[in-house]
Amino acid sequence: MSSAAHTSSETSQDLLLSLAGVTKRFGQLVANNAIDLTVHKGEIVALLGENGAGKTTLMNILFGHYVADEGTVTVAGRDGNLEQLEPGAPQAALDAGIGMVHQHFTLAENLTGLDNIVLGTEPIFRLRRDRSSARAKLAELMAGSGLNVDLDQPVHKLTVGEKQRVEILKALYRNARLLVLDEPTAVLTPQEADSLFAILRKLAATGLAVIIIAHKLAEVLAVSHRIAVLRGGAKVGEMKTSDANHKSIAELMVGREVPASRRTARTPGKPVITLADVTIDRGDSRRSLHGVNVTAREGEILGIAGVSGNGQAALAQLIAGLDKPDSGTVEIFGEKVTKFDAHTFAQNGIARIPEDRHHDGMVGSMTVAENIAIEDVRSAEYQKLGFLDFEAIRKRAEHAIADYDVRCPGPDAPARLLSGGNIQKLILARVLEKSPKLILANQPSRGLDVGAQSEVHRRLLEARQGGAAVILISEDLDELLTISDQIAVIHAGHITPAMPTDSIDRSELGLMMAGQKAAPHAPDAPPATTTTNPGETA
Amino acid sequence: MIRFEPRSNPGPLLVYGVPVLAATIAILLAAIPLALAGAPIVEAYGLMISGAFGSVFSTSEMLTRATPLILTGLAAAIAFRAKLWNIGAEGQLYMGAMAAVAVGSGVIDGPSWVMIPVVIIAGMAVGALMLIGPTLLKTRLGVDEVVTTLLLNFIVLLFVQMMLEGALKDPMSMGWPQSEPIIDSAAFPALLERMRVHIGLLIALVSAVALAIFVKRTVWGFEIRAVGENAAAARFSGISVTKTMILVAALSGGLAGLAGVSEVAGTRGYLATDLSPGYGYAGIVVAMLARLSPIGVIASALFVASVFVGADSMSRAIGVSSYLADLIVAMALLCVLIGGFLTRFRVHFDRKSAQG
Repeated sequence: MSSAAHTSSETSQDLLLSLAGVTKRFGQLVANNAIDLTVHKGEIVALLGENGAGKTTLMNILFGHYVADEGTVTVAGRDGNLEQLEPGAPQAALDAGIGMVHQHFTLAENLTGLDNIVLGTEPIFRLRRDRSSARAKLAELMAGSGLNVDLDQPVHKLTVGEKQRVEILKALYRNARLLVLDEPTAVLTPQEADSLFAILRKLAATGLAVIIIAHKLAEVLAVSHRIAVLRGGAKVGEMKTSDANHKSIAELMVGREVPASRRTARTPGKPVITLADVTIDRGDSRRSLHGVNVTAREGEILGIAGVSGNGQAALAQLIAGLDKPDSGTVEIFGEKVTKFDAHTFAQNGIARIPEDRHHDGMVGSMTVAENIAIEDVRSAEYQKLGFLDFEAIRKRAEHAIADYDVRCPGPDAPARLLSGGNIQKLILARVLEKSPKLILANQPSRGLDVGAQSEVHRRLLEARQGGAAVILISEDLDELLTISDQIAVIHAGHITPAMPTDSIDRSELGLMMAGQKAAPHAPDAPPATTTTNPGETA
Repeated sequence: MIRFEPRSNPGPLLVYGVPVLAATIAILLAAIPLALAGAPIVEAYGLMISGAFGSVFSTSEMLTRATPLILTGLAAAIAFRAKLWNIGAEGQLYMGAMAAVAVGSGVIDGPSWVMIPVVIIAGMAVGALMLIGPTLLKTRLGVDEVVTTLLLNFIVLLFVQMMLEGALKDPMSMGWPQSEPIIDSAAFPALLERMRVHIGLLIALVSAVALAIFVKRTVWGFEIRAVGENAAAARFSGISVTKTMILVAALSGGLAGLAGVSEVAGTRGYLATDLSPGYGYAGIVVAMLARLSPIGVIASALFVASVFVGADSMSRAIGVSSYLADLIVAMALLCVLIGGFLTRFRVHFDRKSAQG
């Protein structure tokens, strides 16, 4: 760790931000309970915690979006004197040099990077725009930090990693002295994440203070100097990163021992779903597949690795029954599928876990019970002559809430009150309860905390053990390498043959995801599990 | 500084109390234009109340006015629930009325228990078809239904005019562009002797209750709610969004058509181009005031009807423009929208501390 230099210099001179005894209540709920947190110049502090631990509330208080019920936020002025930040005033936080990079970027896609950065800092009424000084300042920032990006490109042409750099530049351009990054690596490839960390370390060396909100432990260990762990609204631990280890932080976050997900050996059975030479052409690569061959077998988890936007959506739509192939065939248990229809698929034992659980996975204003039954309301079990059997729907929900530990006020509560992890549990309860033969899990643990992630993995492994075939589409290499039996890589609508997980090299996988390397045995692969047309993988 | 904090779960007092409070405030605010017009305010309010509730006759008039408003309010409520923005209830109303006249003015005859259902079914079917067309354009081609349904209103009105000058014109009308009258067996019987209020009111009330049960308790209602609240999730779960939309279109257009049937067979007796003073559009206001709740539509239609009837009679008595009624209804809508916002958000006016 490169933290040694900073641990010694933590004098009050360098103190930049101090949160003291911050408490925030929402009715009965104590979102933040007497939290103390300090950040020094040149220090990278990781703020860890499960969903609902109070990270976001704390940052909202820092930014003046919420007013703390108790406690103070103190920021060192540019002259070094500590001053209390005016509560509930976002402008005061900005003026004090606190910058935020949100998980979902706040950039105008049709403007250039430069436009986005200077937006709002220029006077509105001026005939000629003089941006030479802005360019000079940005060139200096880029040179010092390695935040290189072509500022004259419209933002929509930039990669996700480049967009993030624009966001960081935007904050630095506004003279940020403290940068808060919310889940910065959620959208990056491993290589991009590494280069982000290198940049952050450089920036810290120049005196910038950084707070990273995160839940991926490995990354936090790699980049931060100090780690603060929140749980249930309170700070439950704080340590130097050099003293921390993976297991101890995970336990602090969750408050109990986290079972490591582990596959047990299992011989795969017969093929459940076979995609043969499937092509879906929708114009852009995000939604297209080109001559794809995929086979998933009983008792096997097939991981599909890839950087977001390489055709995962098309594959998921197809297996979810929401789209049909332009050419090629899909066979389920050896029978050619002719009717591509979400209802039919769901009723025929295909469990579908959507990528965007808020958008596709639940109807927020409907109750938890209704959301659990939503795929099956037409079945005789839950309706008579078209009238819903609320008793049956409720019973199933109560059962599911208990079995899957869905934390909610009850089956009749609106589903929008649930946290992300609990929504995912609700969806798992909806689809896994029916002992499916095939499970499509599209980014099933994205945005979930450690506890919920391990729960999702446990459930998927359990279903695999029970003989289900699982297609796991994920951008998280750790997840893929931990629970998949086989991994295939998707890039630009092409899918490589599946490779046994145990034979895979992590960095090689990263290169294949970036499209820079073909699968090791692509052209002459035996037609055993998954093959791609020769020439298609290039 | 004013800050807004979302409320996690508004209680029933807030949900039901706010619209009532909003309506009350709107009526009180009417004192301002009344004062500007130089009218005696207390007397004007008295006249408004007695105009709507002062006698059996005035109450009957108010209920007669509320009948089509309940039906068009339901039409808007069910459509808006599914995010199908049906602005064409006015046109559907006229087409429903015309269908009722086409079958109910002597082409066929029979006992009342046959003829009344016949005109109702004809009107509802035509009204439904009027909305199914734009809905198919929306689901298949992505054509904005706000535009198509709105413009259809004008087409329908001109079409009705054309028919009243031609095929449907009553030869006995001495040149007036109006249809032949609805025959007695197809006419909606009055509820009270020598009063205008007719069984259309009962039909409207039953429709509201039936729609409430339908939305809350049936599979189709479940699917409508799911599609309306989150079409993506509904589609993902296997609900056919297109089929659901068409069902909603049939219900909404059918209810608007029924409003036309009720007006022509219950209130007016024949079709003319002044059959509706904008009931189709007012239905949208009624539905919004009711927050799209079918039962709430009954209350808000009664409110809107009493404002209209009361203000009408008051304006005649003291010579203030009857546009005052429109003003009150508009203010009520604004108040309800503001109220709806305040139901969802808590407001803090404080600057420094936020204790309690």
